Amino acid sequence: MAPLATLRGIDKTFANGTIALAGLDLDVREGEFLSLLGPSGCGKSTVLRLLAGLTSPTRGAIAWRDARPALGFVFQEPTLMPWSNVAANVWLPLRLAGFSRANAQPRVDEALDRVGLTGFAKAYPRELSGGMKMRVSIARALVMRPQVLLMDEPFAALDEITRTKLNDDLVALKCSLGATVVFVTHSVYESIYLSTRVVVMARRPGRAVAEIAIDAPLPRNEEFRLGADYAQRCRETSLALHKVMDEVAEPACEGAPA
Amino acid sequence: MITRRLLEIALPVLMLVLALAIWEGAVRYYGIQPYVLPAPSLILATLYKDWQTLFGSLEVTLSITFEALAAAVLGGVALAILFAQWRLIERAFFPFAVVMQVTPIVAIAPLLLVYLSSSAAVLVCAFLVAFFPILSNTTLGLSSTDHNLLDLFQLYRATRWQQLIWLRLPGALPYFLGGLRIGGGLALIGAIVAEIAAGSAGQGAGLAYRIVESGFRLNIPRMFAALLLISVAGIVIYLVLTAVSYTLLHRWHDSARGRET
Repeated sequence: MAPLATLRGIDKTFANGTIALAGLDLDVREGEFLSLLGPSGCGKSTVLRLLAGLTSPTRGAIAWRDARPALGFVFQEPTLMPWSNVAANVWLPLRLAGFSRANAQPRVDEALDRVGLTGFAKAYPRELSGGMKMRVSIARALVMRPQVLLMDEPFAALDEITRTKLNDDLVALKCSLGATVVFVTHSVYESIYLSTRVVVMARRPGRAVAEIAIDAPLPRNEEFRLGADYAQRCRETSLALHKVMDEVAEPACEGAPA
Repeated sequence: MITRRLLEIALPVLMLVLALAIWEGAVRYYGIQPYVLPAPSLILATLYKDWQTLFGSLEVTLSITFEALAAAVLGGVALAILFAQWRLIERAFFPFAVVMQVTPIVAIAPLLLVYLSSSAAVLVCAFLVAFFPILSNTTLGLSSTDHNLLDLFQLYRATRWQQLIWLRLPGALPYFLGGLRIGGGLALIGAIVAEIAAGSAGQGAGLAYRIVESGFRLNIPRMFAALLLISVAGIVIYLVLTAVSYTLLHRWHDSARGRET
């Protein structure tokens, strides 16, 4: 079956001359959990923004197999409206699509249910922990019943314990929804645990350099995390990532004069 | 802890009473004449005796202040929205706003009195000083919107109007309220300054005019009484606007919430 989205020969140069992507080829296949793994500055967030239509490529083309599907976007920060309570934040995409509060109510409740926030509808973002805010953000993305969920390092700012829990919940969600997920991360372990496919990206300029398929079925559990296959994949991916890092001579320390 | 809280309230009150007592005592002990320095008791007695006149003047000054503030809020917010929606308009108009802001109102007042009736001139003066902080704060607020939220609105194909109403305006509210608090105080100052300029020409009936008039008649206790009313009016305006700000923000904005210690 043809991929859901095809990116071919994508170049992206920002207005200030920074080359974010050069000659990127990438397929997004229906139903997969695809992780984009790479160091900061390799353009992985730009790929998400391109897929979301928030920016357009300088050269190259993005083609969706059918019309652009319903998308959900989860940012690195929860990105909630602080003046609105949880229910109103989750309502937002539906509200923008013309749903009244009453009409949106069942879907808002369902989305909050799915992320385990039943009973928090009236709370304000300020009153929630970092992990709970992220759950609200995910509920907001789910409320449009997206076919494709784009996630930009959503758990990077969370503690290890919260992160592990959210990882498991995310995979369960993905399985029950049957959605396609494109997940940006810089954690090797997270990407292996979550994904059916990991694309390793290099920087200066940003491009895809390696691809690792992980065939173990989703959802996975602690057993998978302790298994030999997981360790093997992590080693393989780390090596690929290191090769990428070695290609570019690193400055001795970030911000040091060249 | 109760005693400490009690102390925190009692101390400033005690200091105020003490200062007034020293004032009162000094005036009596040294036999200072009321046309030099009236005792607090005499000021209060004057306030009571002249209440009819002074209260009428207070009403005049307050109504000018609130009309000016209302006009400044409407004008400032409307212009800020125009600025935020069309950056070129901001480019075009900002120099005017800055010129209006940096020119001292005392210097403009006599000119306005030439062109306008004295009541209109006073209103325009009060409006001019209250307008700028509201405009500049609201403009800043409207352009400080979270970029990720803007992306989100774009992703869900929000119209410009939806973006303004549901994202930019609520986000600008704390900034606007900050401007409003400054503008409220300044509107009173602008009204007083303009009244003094107009009053010296023998017109108007606001509190500042009472001060000027009482000064001419060497009625110093009444000057103090009018001054007291102006101070109280200023304090009340500030407290009311602070309460409005708290009511609107306390659920979500850091400025209106106590830190957990």
